[in-house]
Amino acid sequence: MSAHSFHNSPGPLSLSVALDGAGWHPAAWRTPNARPDQLFTPGYWAGLVALAERGLLDFVTIEDALGLQSGDHLAEPGRRTDQVRGRLDAALIAAFVAPLTRHIGLIPTITTTHTEPFHIAKAVATLDHNSKGRAGWRVQVSARADEAAHFGRRELPVLRRSDLGSRGANRVVAELFGEAADAVEAVRRLWDSWEDDAEIRDASTNRFIDRDKLNYVNFIGAQFTVRGPSTTPRPPQGQPIVAALAHDRVPFALAASSADVVFVTPHHANEAHAILAKISAAEAEVGRTGAPLRITADLVVLLDDTQAGADARLRDLNRLAGAQPRSDAEIVATTPRALADLIEQWRHAGLLHGFRLRPAVLPDDLHAVVEGLVPELQRRGLFRTSYPEETLRERLGLPRPASRYAKLANAGLERA
Amino acid sequence: MSGAGKQIILGAYFPGVNHDTVWSDPASGSHIDFASFTHWARTAERGTLDLLFLAEGLRLRDRGGAIFDQDVVGRPDTFTVLASLAAVTSRIGLAGTINTTFNEPYELARQFATLDHLSGGRAAWNVVTSSDPDTGENFRRGGYLDHSQRYERASETLAAVRALWDSWSADAVVADKASGRFLRDEQVGEFAFEGSQFDIAGRFTTPRTPQGHPVILQAGESPAGRDFAAANADAIFSRYRKFYQARDFYRDVKARVLKAGRDPGEVKILPSASVVLGDTAAEAQDRHAYIRDRQFDPYTAIVLAEMMWNRDLSSYDPDGPIPDVPPTPEAPKWIRGRAPLTQDAHATVREWRELAELDNLSLRQVVAKVFDRAVFVGTPTQVAGEIDHFVQQDACDGFILGSHVSPSGLDEVVDKVIPLLRERGAFRTEYQGTTLRGHLGLAR
Repeated sequence: MSAHSFHNSPGPLSLSVALDGAGWHPAAWRTPNARPDQLFTPGYWAGLVALAERGLLDFVTIEDALGLQSGDHLAEPGRRTDQVRGRLDAALIAAFVAPLTRHIGLIPTITTTHTEPFHIAKAVATLDHNSKGRAGWRVQVSARADEAAHFGRRELPVLRRSDLGSRGANRVVAELFGEAADAVEAVRRLWDSWEDDAEIRDASTNRFIDRDKLNYVNFIGAQFTVRGPSTTPRPPQGQPIVAALAHDRVPFALAASSADVVFVTPHHANEAHAILAKISAAEAEVGRTGAPLRITADLVVLLDDTQAGADARLRDLNRLAGAQPRSDAEIVATTPRALADLIEQWRHAGLLHGFRLRPAVLPDDLHAVVEGLVPELQRRGLFRTSYPEETLRERLGLPRPASRYAKLANAGLERA
Repeated sequence: MSGAGKQIILGAYFPGVNHDTVWSDPASGSHIDFASFTHWARTAERGTLDLLFLAEGLRLRDRGGAIFDQDVVGRPDTFTVLASLAAVTSRIGLAGTINTTFNEPYELARQFATLDHLSGGRAAWNVVTSSDPDTGENFRRGGYLDHSQRYERASETLAAVRALWDSWSADAVVADKASGRFLRDEQVGEFAFEGSQFDIAGRFTTPRTPQGHPVILQAGESPAGRDFAAANADAIFSRYRKFYQARDFYRDVKARVLKAGRDPGEVKILPSASVVLGDTAAEAQDRHAYIRDRQFDPYTAIVLAEMMWNRDLSSYDPDGPIPDVPPTPEAPKWIRGRAPLTQDAHATVREWRELAELDNLSLRQVVAKVFDRAVFVGTPTQVAGEIDHFVQQDACDGFILGSHVSPSGLDEVVDKVIPLLRERGAFRTEYQGTTLRGHLGLAR
């Protein structure tokens, strides 16, 4: 089987946004429409997600970490006072907006390195119940020594960018990503641990559940074990969506083995094509079965009605920040129409399922996505004009899986 | 009417995973669907109640290795439900029961701080402890904590969480666009805590919350638990529902609060209570008998007795006498995943035998008498009078109310009893403040 055969058609375009603080540019909070004093209020988040839903976007992701922002995912927060610092818990923001929205998918970031898979499983399952099948989980590891010290349970060496690739760093990375894969596996088993029809409410036999449809998951990994079953019944999607951001071989392997959606960071169309090949290879290497990964390209977007206007906005932001910001994803400062062109080109070159846009400035660039880019894509017949599906899985073209523990109907008879 | 007396504090618990939820009742709805929680929360808020209360369990209950199937089984995640409820309510407090043994201070601090931000100052934490190795099977460290250390772990967790909440001052976020200063200074969020359970340090992620500190509830009953609550809690959730027992508990705990160097008025005592109403006293009694018969069906009676005996009693007749065997508290646990219901099994079994002899009761009748959560059975007028009596006579400061059926069980309490408490001048007619601390009369 050729490496590309999994990804022979990208299907309908998926478009989503990544929400983080005041936006992805470090000086975003200083722009005229920014609301930096509102970042920790419920209304701020409710407003952003409602806006994204007005744009018919597939889902929003919400960034999070178990330490203050640092501008570099390896580094300690440092002593800067001129950038946004501080966060609310992303899973709870998602839970808060769930009853205020009806269609849009909600994918909070949850770190696997210091958290309990059992808690993650019931939190995301409950988000799925409360949103009627719109929940996901963006899996993230923490390699930061300062975050480990917030928990005091394990020591992580201080890793610097220059250490990456060394034997010591590779060992840490392998351990953290191995643990993340274990966490996803444990969580997926817990989601399946209640079969769909376990609750029977049979008054005639005085049984609320059929206990044969509750299953011990008995997960045993290098860092933890989980017996199960979950305390929360199987969520509406069966398996909520699991997503991961990946830039390199090890995270590609995590995505290939464990995720439904992978966020990647190509900087041009050819690179999108190269990443597709790497991901296909990773899928083959881990022996992925079922649906191929939904490959989604991340772009930092800064939009204006004219190219000159977009250039000026970026220049002003960089001047406010004092430097050109470092970004893993391509920064695209352009018009909605030109962004639509780029999306069309890259999508075909990389057979991308879609794009996750990181608005440089909130709410300005989210407005521009919803009111500029989306209508442009709709005019071209490339993007939905309503939300026809009920669940996030359906929107991503993924079938609802049966519980791995579900017995075939006749197996029960044989037992009896 | 009184008017000058104490103002009653009222909360509502969500009837779920317990024998007293009658899921076979035709009115019983889902215990998982968010619509059930919304209905319950909006009813409570219509009644201007102080707070909503969610219990927690971190493993399913089992008996002799087989998962309980006779009671409601399964519940959604506490934090997630409370954050969703914050979106569909505007004034009522949101209290979650969260274990200190299987959570870490940094996560707890940011989850409760987030809930307090999202709800505009309505978060509360019911701090519970566990040293249960069976629950540990679901977590990284397993059953690591010795029973004797559970309150040490709890009090260090709480102290660490408070240090984290205090690590951002109220003016830490400057967010001045013109000058480009976002944080007031370089130290914002710094914390360090060292104890026998934790050695943690760094910087906290979440700014100071509307309440400063979310409200702390506690439910300890042992002397160590009472001292912990007296030293740490803003409110105590108790199981003492008989008037004199409740008053003894109230006096004992308020004395401990004073001894801990606090004002006894700072700690509110709130027993849980279930309400059964009728248009006449006789009708209420009939309903109560019907509900009790379903709550304490023959099988449940045996299971609850097994909680005390810690052994298989399935060969005994629930409608017969008290089993003639001694309890075996030292044996491996027969029923797992349920908090112990007795501190001293031998003493409890002795009491049960005395109860049975005194009134010539069967095992099932004793179980129903001992475990019945329905404190208030009567007409709305009777129930309102009794609630007020308990509070004005210092048997408690209020109640956490529930019923045998969810989510609609609270409706008639709110519709029929609350107006009478308001008429007596003992309960608010509308919310005065926006935070739970404000509702409870606690300092920020």
